Amino acid sequence: MTSAIANPLALIAELTHRCPLHCVYCSNPLELAQRSTELSTEDWSRVFNEAAALGVLQADFTGGEPLTRPDILDLIRSARAADLYVNLITSGLPLAESRLEALVQAGLDHFQLSFQGAREETANEISGTKAHAQKLRVLEWLKRHRVAVTLNFVIHRRNIAQLPEMLSLAESSSASRVEFANVQYYGWAFANRDSLLPTREQLTQSIDFLKKAQERLAGKIKVEYVVPDYYAKYPKPCMGGWARKLMLIAPNGDALPCHAARVIPGLSFENVKNRGLREIWEVSEAFQKFRGEAWMQEPCKTCDRRALDYGGCRCQAFLLAADATATDPVCSLAPQRPKVDAILATLNETNSVGAGLAPRSAEPLTKPDWLYRPNPS
Amino acid sequence: MSVDLESHPRLAPGCRMNEKTQQPRTLLMPERALRLNGPSLEIVERCDGKHTVQQIITELQQLYSKAEPAKVEQDILGYLALLQKERALDFEA
Repeated sequence: MTSAIANPLALIAELTHRCPLHCVYCSNPLELAQRSTELSTEDWSRVFNEAAALGVLQADFTGGEPLTRPDILDLIRSARAADLYVNLITSGLPLAESRLEALVQAGLDHFQLSFQGAREETANEISGTKAHAQKLRVLEWLKRHRVAVTLNFVIHRRNIAQLPEMLSLAESSSASRVEFANVQYYGWAFANRDSLLPTREQLTQSIDFLKKAQERLAGKIKVEYVVPDYYAKYPKPCMGGWARKLMLIAPNGDALPCHAARVIPGLSFENVKNRGLREIWEVSEAFQKFRGEAWMQEPCKTCDRRALDYGGCRCQAFLLAADATATDPVCSLAPQRPKVDAILATLNETNSVGAGLAPRSAEPLTKPDWLYRPNPS
Repeated sequence: MSVDLESHPRLAPGCRMNEKTQQPRTLLMPERALRLNGPSLEIVERCDGKHTVQQIITELQQLYSKAEPAKVEQDILGYLALLQKERALDFEA
């Protein structure tokens, strides 16, 4: 019964994997899509029309860096022509103010500017490039253009102490929203996890700080935050549930239920060049695989929370428990939870001194040995 | 947060209705979408920077003349406060 399947609400359009930044927590897969395999302007235009027909309301333009697409203005125009709301998730480079004006005139609704920290040296270390000064310029330009602005801060152990400075940056900008999203551990972030996970003390202080910020700025700036789920009692409803709300199109046209789905062995993905979006959404193997509850094991199978968190994240289950149908190991009810507790125990023992929001020593003695995300060929 | 009756609510940058031809009518905004039905559609259509909050209340009290006027006012103020919390409105002088 395909008619019982609810339509997706958002289309995540990974326009390219090319990026001027090399962030150590990049959500792209370890194997990046090559430029020569990227979908054409016409392919994307067809995808936007099929998405709108399927009931999608919003298109999230992301990457890599979507601004590296020379046809970005055409892509915005065609998504708007399909009556989609257009979000651009960007590092802010390459960009000049005249180009920003053109993006807004093409119909861009929402500009999400990512920051790697509040201070240049931290941001440069995390992104493996010098981009922070450009981001501050973009923030000034945005004040002069009519577009929604969100600042996206990705939070981890090396920058969590800078939350007050990050919030000040948001308050001095034209942003109506600010997101403080702790790194989630997949792909590049999984490889760099031991250098990124905050301590329990840091996390507790940060949540306290952000709750107060939410109250103080209510009606002015919407403050949103995401905790690292390793510290959570129950798993996150990853992607709002597998194949329930979101559909991701990779640069080469492969349709995925989430950013990290390629890590799950044996899963094959349909490509938008060969199949219509509706068919992919409703009947393709990858989208059907963990839709609903039939795939669940105990304790999920009979758990009261299964309609709230859908068993958590399938990719995390595979990464931590080597079984994509297991209960997400971050769940306190999961048989594999001791693995997560062991990771946290090691981390909190080795990093407990001076690791709070206002650390006793400003910088650790040694810098982590980062695995940087390269650029695809 | 309280709503000033003489201010002119206007949809904030990046907040807009979907096309008139599309059903159901929906308020699109960053990371959110709000389905609009009868009264909520009437309210949002008047958040154009030209109507004051008081004018919106008066017009809807006429439109929904069978409803208790105080209840209409209360519902409108509640809905505008919700949209303000979502940062979907700017209140201009």
